[in-house]
Amino acid sequence: MSVTQLLFWFLSFLAIGGALMVVISRNPVHSILFLIITFFAISGHYILLNAQFLAIVNIIVYAGAIMVLFLFVVMLMNLNADTEPPHKSKYLLYGGTIAGASLMLVLVAAIKQSSGTIEFKTGNIGLINTLGKTLFTDYVFPFEISSVLFLSAMIGAVVISKKEA
Amino acid sequence: MLLTVDLALIIEKLALIVVVVMSSLVVAMYTTFAERKVAAVLQDRSGPNRAGPFGLLQPLADGLKLFFKEEIIPNFSSKFLFILGPSLAMLTAMMTGAVIPWGDKVHFFGRDISLQIADINIGILYVFGVVSMGVYGIMIGSWASNNKYSLMGGLRAASQIISYELAMGIALIALLMVTGTLSLKTMVNQQLDSYWNVVKQPLGFFIFLICVFAECNRTPFDLPEAENELIGGYHTEYSSMKLGFYLFAEYINMFISSAVMASLFFGGYDIPLVNDAALLEKVGTNWMAAIHAGMLFVKIAFFLFLFMWVRWTLPRFRYDQLMRLGWKILIPLALFNMLLTGALILVKQNGWSF
Repeated sequence: MSVTQLLFWFLSFLAIGGALMVVISRNPVHSILFLIITFFAISGHYILLNAQFLAIVNIIVYAGAIMVLFLFVVMLMNLNADTEPPHKSKYLLYGGTIAGASLMLVLVAAIKQSSGTIEFKTGNIGLINTLGKTLFTDYVFPFEISSVLFLSAMIGAVVISKKEA
Repeated sequence: MLLTVDLALIIEKLALIVVVVMSSLVVAMYTTFAERKVAAVLQDRSGPNRAGPFGLLQPLADGLKLFFKEEIIPNFSSKFLFILGPSLAMLTAMMTGAVIPWGDKVHFFGRDISLQIADINIGILYVFGVVSMGVYGIMIGSWASNNKYSLMGGLRAASQIISYELAMGIALIALLMVTGTLSLKTMVNQQLDSYWNVVKQPLGFFIFLICVFAECNRTPFDLPEAENELIGGYHTEYSSMKLGFYLFAEYINMFISSAVMASLFFGGYDIPLVNDAALLEKVGTNWMAAIHAGMLFVKIAFFLFLFMWVRWTLPRFRYDQLMRLGWKILIPLALFNMLLTGALILVKQNGWSF
């Protein structure tokens, strides 16, 4: 087994194990910490695919900013293992099972469609120069549209927080 | 195969990592000493002068004291997270040193060894990623203490760091537009025999400097440990070496961020007013690397002094003032700087004249 393969298996186990622990662990703060571990494992996968920019942006934005906000909310509301309801509704269980199975179906279909080979450590599609050029030439319209979306989300956040004051 | 890895490369990187980590620890140790001496000079006192000649052994005495203090883990805290907090703070502080070019290269045993642990494609973004991880050390520690004041301190620290990261990032974007690269090594090489980036980006540097002060939780932005409002801030419940880790991480952060500022804006290991290539011919690779590293340390020492000078001169901000400065002044200023830089680059590229 090569080093890359070893790393791949290690990161995959970390990602799947972390994701499972997010769901299983009863303390919300622990759940968030496991989610951060999962993000790190996924960033590791990006690096294996030589998409360094995606990897670091994943860490800065998701693990570094969004999860901090999650932690904020959980800590301020003082959610603990004891505040969790002991038995959740039966329908929640059924709904979760159906949704999970559907997602599984989509994933299996997607994997069946894919060519089956993955470029490890080569390819420059995830490097910042390539990505920037692609975004500002081939995909400039969707890119600008998404920036409008961001702007409206920002204004929405400001409006909502103003109302309470 | 597993064994085809270049063993010499691993050994040289390992040696470099050990040297960088040890020197950041030693520098951080003596920065605590320097801070007390500078405070003493500014306040017309003599400062620590009992341990060793001129008090030079004072940091060792402080460290010993911290080791011998009783270690208390509060009953109601979650023990694992309580220990994880300071460890994370220390880890993230140490990790940023990996992308900083401490010098060009040295020549030993017939090999050219680059004095940078990792010259990665994303360079400065790596520093940002690690810095944004630094919040967790404080937040986890403050939450695990199970103490209201600790939690308030931790929340303050986190919101302050997130807020100032924005202005810092935008100020950096303007710099990246000028240099056209993310790699710190390339940036330093661009500045070697040309103007330093601070000449091209004076406003950007000023914003970056203020944000660095806020990111390191230094006065006038040391709200997370405002003792008159919050007892001790996020490390109220900590004692012994775990407290030491938090305090130490702050000094390592100062050291590394000084190195980052020197590399980004002040030419890194460049020697001012000297033609580096000509000097290289005269003294040879290894001596050149030594001079370069020395020069970088002089710049770092200047920034460290600036940190202390400001700390003992300016009073602390109020929390609403801090947030107003970050969101309503620095971010618009940084955006303006970015627009101005973009416009100037456009004018220069197209050769327009007015």
